[in-house]
Amino acid sequence: MADSARPLNALALVLAALLLALVAVPLMAVASRATGFALAPADWAAVRFTVLQAALSALFSTLLAIPVARALARRRFAGRSALITLMGAPFLLPAIVAVLGLLAIFGRSGIMNDLGAMLGLPKLSIYGLHGVVLAHAFLNMPLVVRMILQGWQAIPAERFRLASSLGFGPAEVARHLEGPMLRSVLPGAALVVFVICLTSFAVVLTLGGGPKATTVELAIYQAVRFDFDLGRAAMLALVQFAICGVAAVIAWVLVRPAGFGAGLDRKMKLAAPLGWRQVVDAAVIGLAALFLLLPLFAVILRGVPGLFELPASVLAAAWRSVAVAVASTSVTTLVALAMAVSVARRARGAAMIEAAAVVPLAASGLVLGTGLFLILQPFAPPTSLALPVTMLVNTAMSLPYVYRLLLPEARALMADYGRLADSLGLRGLPRWRWLILPRLARPLGFGAGIAAALSMGDLGVIALFAGEAQVTLPLMVKELMGSYRMEAAAGAALLLVILSFALFWICDWGGRRAAA
Amino acid sequence: MKTRLLAAGLATIAHSALAETPVLTVLTYDSFISKWGPGPGVEKAFEATCACDLRFVGAGDGAALLARVQLEGAASEADVVLGLDTNLTGAATAMGLFAPHDVKAKTDLPVEFADPLFVPFDWGWFAFVFDKTKLATPPKTFEELAASDLKIIIQDPRASTPGLGLLLWVKAAHGDRAGEIWAGLADNIVTVTPGWSEAYGLFLEGEADMVLSYTTSPAYHLIAESDDTKAAALFDEGHYLQVEVAGKLAASDQPALADQFLAFMLSDGFQSVIPQTNWMYPAVTPATGLPEGFDTFRPEKSLLMSPAEAMTARDRALAEWQTALAR
Repeated sequence: MADSARPLNALALVLAALLLALVAVPLMAVASRATGFALAPADWAAVRFTVLQAALSALFSTLLAIPVARALARRRFAGRSALITLMGAPFLLPAIVAVLGLLAIFGRSGIMNDLGAMLGLPKLSIYGLHGVVLAHAFLNMPLVVRMILQGWQAIPAERFRLASSLGFGPAEVARHLEGPMLRSVLPGAALVVFVICLTSFAVVLTLGGGPKATTVELAIYQAVRFDFDLGRAAMLALVQFAICGVAAVIAWVLVRPAGFGAGLDRKMKLAAPLGWRQVVDAAVIGLAALFLLLPLFAVILRGVPGLFELPASVLAAAWRSVAVAVASTSVTTLVALAMAVSVARRARGAAMIEAAAVVPLAASGLVLGTGLFLILQPFAPPTSLALPVTMLVNTAMSLPYVYRLLLPEARALMADYGRLADSLGLRGLPRWRWLILPRLARPLGFGAGIAAALSMGDLGVIALFAGEAQVTLPLMVKELMGSYRMEAAAGAALLLVILSFALFWICDWGGRRAAA
Repeated sequence: MKTRLLAAGLATIAHSALAETPVLTVLTYDSFISKWGPGPGVEKAFEATCACDLRFVGAGDGAALLARVQLEGAASEADVVLGLDTNLTGAATAMGLFAPHDVKAKTDLPVEFADPLFVPFDWGWFAFVFDKTKLATPPKTFEELAASDLKIIIQDPRASTPGLGLLLWVKAAHGDRAGEIWAGLADNIVTVTPGWSEAYGLFLEGEADMVLSYTTSPAYHLIAESDDTKAAALFDEGHYLQVEVAGKLAASDQPALADQFLAFMLSDGFQSVIPQTNWMYPAVTPATGLPEGFDTFRPEKSLLMSPAEAMTARDRALAEWQTALAR
């Protein structure tokens, strides 16, 4: 390994340690206020339900994403690129906005039930475990589609050409090219969805239908707010980390590098199978677009009337959100890049870096916020720290996504070009300038877009810290809803979606442009 | 040398801050201080009389407020905590962080109310709200509701104060039969939301026939949207009250100003802001009277557990609720 890798590795290790500390220290602060650490029997029921819904959500999000990504990878049609970008939007929706959008389609008075009533069908209910899984698939499938699509694009076109000259049919292509690619991408993607769903709160509670659908996060809520049992809250947060840890190990065991080797970066049209497969692909793309875009369309329709009655304070909140998002995105992207490249080089401490890049996902927002509050309150009034703390937490929370997107491509990059670059003596800054950055531009841009949109939508922690002058846009949506102003809230939510999507689009577009 | 200069500079800043008008910090829930809440109006009215700077700090919702008080403990920069309800004051009293008040003004609550630590500033009756154009004959009791095939949305008692209010409402009205009532209601409940705003939003989207809210909710639609289609169902069992209170923290560095604020809280300057911002009944009816729609749905019987009763009843009621609905 080249000497130039050492400072980067050291930096990545320090960053990973900081990240782990950011998650662990607040948990310890909460635990230090505890009087006992007992879990109630009901908590174990909550653990079981949480794991069940997260596993099912991860399973369905990934299974549904495979045919969609495959169809999108091998078909070319007008508006394809716009569709791919737009289909990513559900992932960017704040939970309650997404729920209301889904209800407009699948709710008791939604389009599906209206259509069903016309045909004389009984009413379908979205409330229950199936509704939770449906909503999680709606929110997370777009992310998985993009991850798999990137995997497909990372298979060098020469391999497909070789396959066709060897007379491979679709079955052989699937076995020799697509299978190994999926094996390298899917475990990580499923892990991310599983862990996101593990801590999902508003979606599960609103669509879950009752106390049967009690999650660990709700138990933490109750422990902190009504029982003030910080010991129980800390225990539950630990359980959440443990589940995440087990899932990470499983994903680790399952993941296999695809090992396609380097290509010549030639743009060539892939010969897609014709006949019935073409019809199936069209149907898959059509259905996925309907599933993902109809609720989004409902969000837009609901929001438009309110968009014109937004008070000036909403605009101030919007700018605050954008500023926080831009700042945390910059930091996130740099940190994730350092960590991913370091792990891809199999540098020392790679396991710790890997762990640090997943653990924040499993952090309970409430425990993290409460812990940070306990730590910081003796030093400064919480309101003065609201925005910096939000920025920090957003960075930690969005890092896993960016890292996950970068890692497979960084690995392929090192496997394909690492030795060549070493033998050419390409190291230090030129190595970044000519090799790493250009080849990682696409996932970097996409990852930065995801990070920016996530920071825009996140309100987990800010609620504990914010005063009048620190209100961000998601908090504003909540306040408007809390004072009966549902129409204005829908307008503010639409503004939030537009801004998130714009930030996402700018980053994603920039990345693709730099890559091309 | 440098550090000494810095220290001198900091001391100057601190000193000039001290010399300024005194600051009264009031910790409250977010919707109180939002632009549409009572906060801005109250701040203007109080600052006109107190020669001070009134600062609101938001802490999420009512339940989050209690956790915040406990987290901050005696180190809190807050002087007054405003927005706990009587289902939470039992726990708040037990914390020992609040100081007695000396407010003696009469209140217009529908029940006798006296608490050495907390002063009520507004109140409301919990009720199921529905759309008159879609539901002609609303149920008159919990049992009628349970027997009907009406769909309702409620809030989770483990995450929200209205949810906890409903839990204690059923308990106060039906005592040992509460579990039975919940079992009957199970098939009426569409879903249980984490907070009031999600439930009310879902109801307005047409996801249920009725939603747990307040008897004053229809007045919002009437006044702010000229929409008189919403109504509150009056139950024969009586309606549980939510009484929202404020209290002075014992560790306050502005005790006199805090007392002044609590006294001001029951005056017209504060009370007249409440109805059309918090959409609750003011604790003392202001000279201008109540806005239109506030007299439309008035239950004859009010139910309220004392803070101590509420605290003891909660755990058992919660277990009954969970058992009945988990089936």
